[in-house]
Order: sequence, then structure tokens, then C-alpha cells
Amino acid sequence: MPRHEVVSPIPGVFYRRPDPDSDPFATEGQNVGADDTVCLVEVMKSFHQVPAGAAGTVVEFLVENEDVVDAGQVVAIIDGAGDGG
Amino acid sequence: MRRLLVANRGEIAVRIIRAARDLGISTVAVHSTADAEAPHVRLADAAVEIGPPQATKSYLVVDAILEAARSSGADAVHPGYGFLSERAAFAAAVTDAGLTFVGPDAAVIEEMGDKVRARQVARAAGVPTVPGTEDGVDDVAAAVAAAADIGYPVMLKAAAGGGGRGIRVVADEAELRSGFPAASAEAASAFGDGRMYLERFVRRARHVEVQVLGDGDDVVHLFERECSLQRRRQKMVEEATAPGIDADVRAAMTDAAVRLSREVGYRSAGTVEFLVDDDADESSDQRFFFIEMNTRIQVEHPTTELVTGVDLVAEQLRIATGEPLRLRQDDVTARGSAVEFRICAEDPDRDFLPAPGKVGRVSLPGGPWVRVDTWLEPDSQVSPFYDSLLAKVVVWGEDRETALRRSRRALAEFAVDGVATTAGMFTELLDEPWLQAGDFHTGTLEGWLGRRRAAADQGGHGS
Repeated sequence: MPRHEVVSPIPGVFYRRPDPDSDPFATEGQNVGADDTVCLVEVMKSFHQVPAGAAGTVVEFLVENEDVVDAGQVVAIIDGAGDGG
Repeated sequence: MRRLLVANRGEIAVRIIRAARDLGISTVAVHSTADAEAPHVRLADAAVEIGPPQATKSYLVVDAILEAARSSGADAVHPGYGFLSERAAFAAAVTDAGLTFVGPDAAVIEEMGDKVRARQVARAAGVPTVPGTEDGVDDVAAAVAAAADIGYPVMLKAAAGGGGRGIRVVADEAELRSGFPAASAEAASAFGDGRMYLERFVRRARHVEVQVLGDGDDVVHLFERECSLQRRRQKMVEEATAPGIDADVRAAMTDAAVRLSREVGYRSAGTVEFLVDDDADESSDQRFFFIEMNTRIQVEHPTTELVTGVDLVAEQLRIATGEPLRLRQDDVTARGSAVEFRICAEDPDRDFLPAPGKVGRVSLPGGPWVRVDTWLEPDSQVSPFYDSLLAKVVVWGEDRETALRRSRRALAEFAVDGVATTAGMFTELLDEPWLQAGDFHTGTLEGWLGRRRAAADQGGHGS
């Protein structure tokens, strides 16, 4: 079963929710599409949506909400769907 | 006031520390772990680390700042701009801790921070506000009646909405009658509330703001700044005073700002923002409208300092100690013209993508009548955690043409290696005849940026 790594393209602060009062974009065990946003990274007060990048099931998030991430850091793992694995 | 804690970072922290030092007040810097090497930390007499890089865990933590004030023996706090500067609860917490807050009273921050309340205060002071409905309207007949009072064109906004959704502009009664039901239905489905606010739509609006200083009893104005050159509501270039403003509009607007500030017993430096309607008839009494009041020092304050010769931050500090205003209105004169360019770590050729990173060489402009407010130095780290402002290049000239010509020279001297900046784009902007003529409004810069991008895309395909 193909594992897909969701990578932050930029350094900044990692967020699981669109705003503090909303539900998370995605939770562990949830199915997502490739274009679905799974998190935000805030850089210099601007927010960048990070898409899943592959359709499948969210296996885990590797970063806590509001943690600092580097460019290129893996923030979540997606278990690729559709191959019966 | 003997020891001032500066609850901020970046260029404004440096600016405030300098003003305090000029007055013989010692200073305390606070900083996150990411800013341990920052110039504001080095420049201050003492420094206290207040938390990790994220602003929500450091510069925005009230208790951490109060604890830093206590441990360092500070007796006053300057909030700068942004961060906690317009949070009434912070001002109150500082005062409750027995410290001097450099800014207006918490109650005034709260009052002016509430849009509805601020409009009421403006009207009480006889200051014009954008004509509009106070309550939501939910049927066509009521909308038509309201619009007749407001005057066309009218903007329809969902009463429960936000973020620009459901906003539409109607030119006349026929368009209102045909457009209202759909707009209301859209609002009902999006927000569960079909009521609409109606407000005068100003097609060619300038953003002009008046600088004031008050001591709680008296208020003076220090003329106005033109701040229409914005991208996504962020100002990029500002100037003092505003070009192309009629003398009678300037007089009425500065007078209105003083009346409004007196109405709330304003004490500190503040800014009253207005929208100026360029299309309004000269005989109209509706040529400018109050938008909001900013109860803090502003990013663009140096332009006012260069034309008036008044150190606004020093005056803020003096007022905070309880001194009465040193200026009478007749003492304040504006000479020449000053322009500020906000140089940010953003790439204008990639849709203003933030550009954090390590800086190499830094070459800052200088020479006659060029002021650079910055925190940048060689080998600085431009952090992803804070705003992208690297430097403010502020240029004075005996007239606007001279100031713009000198700006071109100054901006050409600006060079940093390692990160993308907006400096080069400003030199292109200075070539624009509409900019040189002062002929622009709040939509002009975005239009220009759109054309600039389209031209670059075309050039890219052609090569």
C-alpha cells in the first residue's frame, strides 16, 4: 500500500484548523482527496493551504497544532487508496 | 517614567527605543527565542526573553510581558503597533499592574475598536460617516426607501455576512429592485439570515488619515497622510500631506478629526481614518466620511514627522507621563512632502510570496532627507514567524516632485542579498504618470499590479 508523505512547502507555524473555532481540516482515519486541504502553514502572517497531494486515508499527523515546521518537513502520512491494499 | 518596556519587535521597537533614549529614559526589550540576536534586543538597556518564536506564545502573551516588566523594573509599557497595541484588556492589565501604558485609556481603545460604537461617537461629534442603514433590511420596499435616503450607487451587504461574500453594488433603483431578492436569498442560504445592510458605494475612494495628538483635555492635528496605494488592504506607499486634496476638504477633515478625538477625551497619538470621495461634487457636504480610529502609533508615522518636524513617539512618551501637550495648533506647520515605501520580504514577481531566509549583504539608502527605519543588518535572519516588513524608506522633498525624484535615487541604493523584496517594484511604480500626478484611489495599485503581472506572463510566453 503506497504511503504518501504530505510535505510543508514553506517554513512557518503549522495549524490543523482553518481557525481556532472550527473543526480540523482532516482527522486521522479520514478519507481525503488529493486536492483536499489537510493543514495550514502560516508564514509572515499569511496562511498557505497544504493539500493532501494524494487520495487516501490519513494515517497520522507528525506535527502538533501550532508547532514550528521547516520547508520540506513531513507533516502527515496518507495511505494511498484505490488499489485494494 | 524612568524605564520603558517596549512590547514589540522589529523596526518599531528600534524606533521607540531611540525616542526613549533621546528623552533620557532607559529601555527594556522583550523578545522571543527567535529574536535573541535582533537589533532591538541589543539596543535596549536590558532584554527579557518571553517565549518561543510563535507570537501567540511570546509577543501576544500579556502575563509574560507583565512579568518581564516586573522583573526588569520597568515603570511603563509602549505597545508599538500590531500585537497587543489595540487590545483594551492589555492596556487595562498594564495599568492595573501599576505601570504607565503609553497609549489612550483602555475604555477609549475599546470604544473606538467597536465599529458601531465608533460610528455613533463620530455622529455625536458631527463627523460624517458613510451613509447607510443601521439595521438589516429584509424586503425590497424597505431597501428602496433606505436607498433613496442613502443615495446611489449603493452597496448591498449580508447583515450576517463577512469576508466580502454576498456584496453587490447597484447603480439605481431599477437595479436594486431586480437585484435585491437574489442577494437576500443568497444571504439567507449562506448565513441563515436574509437581511441586508445598505451603504453608499464610493467608486473612487481615497484613503486619507489625520494624525492627532491629545493630552486628555486638548487635541491638535498634524495634518493628513494619503494611504490609498494598497494591496489586499495592506498599505504599501504613503505620503504626507495628501496630494490633490482641496484646501476646504483638508480643513474640514482635520477639524473633524480633532472634534472626534475631543469627544472621547483622547490622550496619546492617534489616527482618524477617512474615505475621501473623488467623484463627489465640489459643493457637496459629503466629500469625506469617517471610517475608523486607530488608537496607536502607525507604521507610516514618519511621513508626518518629516513634514512637521514633530517626533510623534517622543510626544507619546511625554503625554504618557502626564505632561500637557507642548504644541498648540498654530505651532504645527507642514513643510514640503514626504513619501514612505514599505520594503517587505515578499516576491512581487510571485504574487508577493513571503520570502523568509538569511540575508547576506545589506546596503541601505542614505544621504540628504532620506530616513530608513529598519531592523535589518548584514546576515540578519528574516523569520517566517512575523510580518514581512524589512525597512521603511522615507524621503522628504521641498515639494512632491522633488520627494518622488529623490525616492527613485534612494530606492536604487537599497540592496539586500538572500531574500526577495518589494524595493525594485517601487522604482517601476515611480515611473507611472498617474503616480507622479497623484491621480489614484484605493483600487489603482491592484489594477497596476494586475497589468504588471499580465505583461510579465506575456513576456514569459514570448521568449
